[in-house]
Amino acid sequence: MPVRAARAAPEFVPRVRHPLERWLRTDRLPHIWCSGCGLGTALSAFLYALDELGWDPDTVAVVSGIGCAGRVAGYLRLDTYHTTHGRAIPFATGLKLAKPDLHVIVFSGDGDLFAIGGNHFIHAARRNMDIAVICVNNFNYGMTGGQLGPTTPVGARTTTSPFGNFEHPFNLVHLAASAGATYVARCTTLDGRRLQKALVEALSHKGFTFVEILAPCPTNYGRRNRLGEGLDELRYYREHMVIKHGADPKEADIAPGKPFLVGKFVDIQKPTYLELYQAKAREIGGEG
Amino acid sequence: MSELQERVAKRWKVPKGHIYVLEEFCKGCGFCVEFCPKKVLAQASHFNDKGYHPPEVVDPEACVLCGFCERICPDFAIWVEEEGKSDAG
Repeated sequence: MPVRAARAAPEFVPRVRHPLERWLRTDRLPHIWCSGCGLGTALSAFLYALDELGWDPDTVAVVSGIGCAGRVAGYLRLDTYHTTHGRAIPFATGLKLAKPDLHVIVFSGDGDLFAIGGNHFIHAARRNMDIAVICVNNFNYGMTGGQLGPTTPVGARTTTSPFGNFEHPFNLVHLAASAGATYVARCTTLDGRRLQKALVEALSHKGFTFVEILAPCPTNYGRRNRLGEGLDELRYYREHMVIKHGADPKEADIAPGKPFLVGKFVDIQKPTYLELYQAKAREIGGEG
Repeated sequence: MSELQERVAKRWKVPKGHIYVLEEFCKGCGFCVEFCPKKVLAQASHFNDKGYHPPEVVDPEACVLCGFCERICPDFAIWVEEEGKSDAG
């Protein structure tokens, strides 16, 4: 049976090309994300990074989980998979082991990757699985109504912490670095080309790489904490972020009203899971 | 007295851009207006179909094609193109 050619996506506007149009399922746009949300900016930075790398779209696979960030899989004209809650990394692991030539990228949110998917994250990092994980962190569960998540800062109000959060949150860059990630960076959606550069480095780096993107959530997190519109949250980032490459991830805590670190925290090389597996298989006389 | 060395001033061409705004996609977040380093854009007084105020170009000559509006836009609703790159005018 002949393979059916992919349906060409309609152009945004006849004759005028948006620079990212070839990566997007244009018939599904405009997307569902709220006005002022940072996810669209994170997605376009990711697409600019793919553009810069110049990879063949057929060699790229994007896996996403559940939540607002999980919607990314539906908007890309790539091989994508929208997995069940928290299981983006296990799916990506299987994909990478079955097809080692594929560039496998996990694009998901903080709740999906670090709450229900937390164990998968640390074990993929420990094994140094050759995948890139992009986590858009908006400090709460945005899609389900703004509940407390594992990254919600101390004192922040959410629907399930109306008097302020008293739990210690995760410091994601420290978690990733200590679990064994070979590249760890944090950016905000305000970073533009700096964010693109971090994504290019993370995608082209061998081994488990992690980029945390801080994004405004004006509808839930911003509204309950009186941070104003998405624009006000970006102004807050501009005033409070401190760019420091090579800083100790331990110092990268995020607390409301305090300066926070962004930049590249870890950039090391070590053998990946697949390399070690093949070496062991050769050692014991298998095919590898 | 030594002869004065002839000075050469290097001549640079500042790129000029065309700005495209797809008003139908815009959700009026105002990122492009706020973070344009040259203050080329402003929020328009009219509404789009969704009821948001899209950006409009108020100082087209000031644009230096940095492309930041394109990068910060969460809705793929604004982009820039170098002059002479397209026949769409």
